[in-house]
Amino acid sequence: MNQFGHKDLLGLQELRPDEINLILDTAEPMKEVLGREIKKVPTLRGRVIVTLFYEASTRTRTSFELAAKYMGADTVSISVATSSVQKGESLGDTARTIEVMGADAIIIRHSATGAPHLLAKLLDARVINAGDGSHEHPTQALLDLFTIREKKGGIAGLKVAILGDVAHSRVARSNIWGLTKLGAEVRLVGPPTLIPPEIEQLGVSVFHDWRQGLKEVDVINVLRIQLERQQRGLFPSIREYTRLFGLDEDKLQVARPDVLVLHPGPVNRGVEISPGVQDGSHSAINEQVTNGVAVRMALLYLLLSGGEQSAISA
Amino acid sequence: MEMQEKAQILDAEGIRRALTRIAHEILERSKGTRQLVLIGIRRRGVPLAQRIAGIIREIEGTSVPLGILDITLYRDDLSKLAYNPVIRKTDVPFSLNDKKVILVDDVIFTGRTVRAALDALMDLGRPQLVQLAVLVDRGHRELPIRPDFVGKNVPTSHREVVAVQMLEIDGKDQVVIKEPSE
Repeated sequence: MNQFGHKDLLGLQELRPDEINLILDTAEPMKEVLGREIKKVPTLRGRVIVTLFYEASTRTRTSFELAAKYMGADTVSISVATSSVQKGESLGDTARTIEVMGADAIIIRHSATGAPHLLAKLLDARVINAGDGSHEHPTQALLDLFTIREKKGGIAGLKVAILGDVAHSRVARSNIWGLTKLGAEVRLVGPPTLIPPEIEQLGVSVFHDWRQGLKEVDVINVLRIQLERQQRGLFPSIREYTRLFGLDEDKLQVARPDVLVLHPGPVNRGVEISPGVQDGSHSAINEQVTNGVAVRMALLYLLLSGGEQSAISA
Repeated sequence: MEMQEKAQILDAEGIRRALTRIAHEILERSKGTRQLVLIGIRRRGVPLAQRIAGIIREIEGTSVPLGILDITLYRDDLSKLAYNPVIRKTDVPFSLNDKKVILVDDVIFTGRTVRAALDALMDLGRPQLVQLAVLVDRGHRELPIRPDFVGKNVPTSHREVVAVQMLEIDGKDQVVIKEPSE
């Protein structure tokens, strides 16, 4: 078993703080590799990493593929729309087929909570959760944590606001786990229809008024508003959402002057965040994407580079 | 495995004299500091490289660029280890193209660390030449690799360990041989 101690990465809920820090510490030297002219190290040469995405993605999928390639591994990307899933093949059969072709790791995004967990039990290959239903999106939270840590020097004691549609957000959930485990004070800010009841039980506070929720915060993580929710009457209109909860320069005033602004992407420009803030000096949105590759490189290293059994003394 | 100290090979003075001689030899061989750079291999190659750079500065009056190389990602034995070795940052903030690179490490043993360092260097640029400076050569090479500058040759048996201790990392300067206690 490798030093990381787990065969898979399924979520942040089951990780200890020192395990989370190990991933973040390992991501730092990986970021240096990204800055080189030759973005390749031979560490995972001969390993095969397969991405299996049942939901659309630009960022996460490309990020994982590039991370694997930079680490020297071979990658295959399965687009479900053109796969035999269309003929009705089950998730388990699909994954097992990939494993017996030699895959060492499978990166899965699926609309059903628990899909990665099913695969983890079924396969010897490493399984990484790239987002399951509304449950968790651990690598997004890890890159958010890395970005905060890099910009602010640490996580403990920071006031972090998560702003927007928390109820449907796996990014929010993973962030809540990661931030609370590392000692941050987490506030959820959004309309009552978009914040799950009783979520205070996870150790967070809830605000429906941005003036209170964003007051003196060090970090604001803005969630994408899924526009189709408006169809279901969860908020009266997009314009009203933007007025009451969209992050703009005015709302930023109540936060600390050096507040950091994050967004997992993709951004609905001008809806949950104004272009001024998105492109402004507080925003680390582009760096998040770079950091995402570094964090995923670190994860692949920790899951795949270790040996099986006993050590030889070095 | 429990290790006990068998003998001290070099004390602080011995290390200082060895590094001074190595610095002079490097300057003699490269005929000065033009295009010269020093790269220390983590971990203990780094303070050694820093000290050599300091001595060169005293002798020639010029500063030689100094880089830090972590070779963990290039190791050939990662799949044999039960743990993931800690990776630290590589920091080479200058171009290696056309430079005379002096790699610095504390001990050369099988030669595999140096092989990994060479691969890492090649990914960072195209040096004019690469030479190797080590404080201790303990024999038992498994690859056709040899140092250009050596502090001390120490014949050892395979089960012994040569431990270089540096002030910056271990709190004192000395080189000792350890063997497994029975």
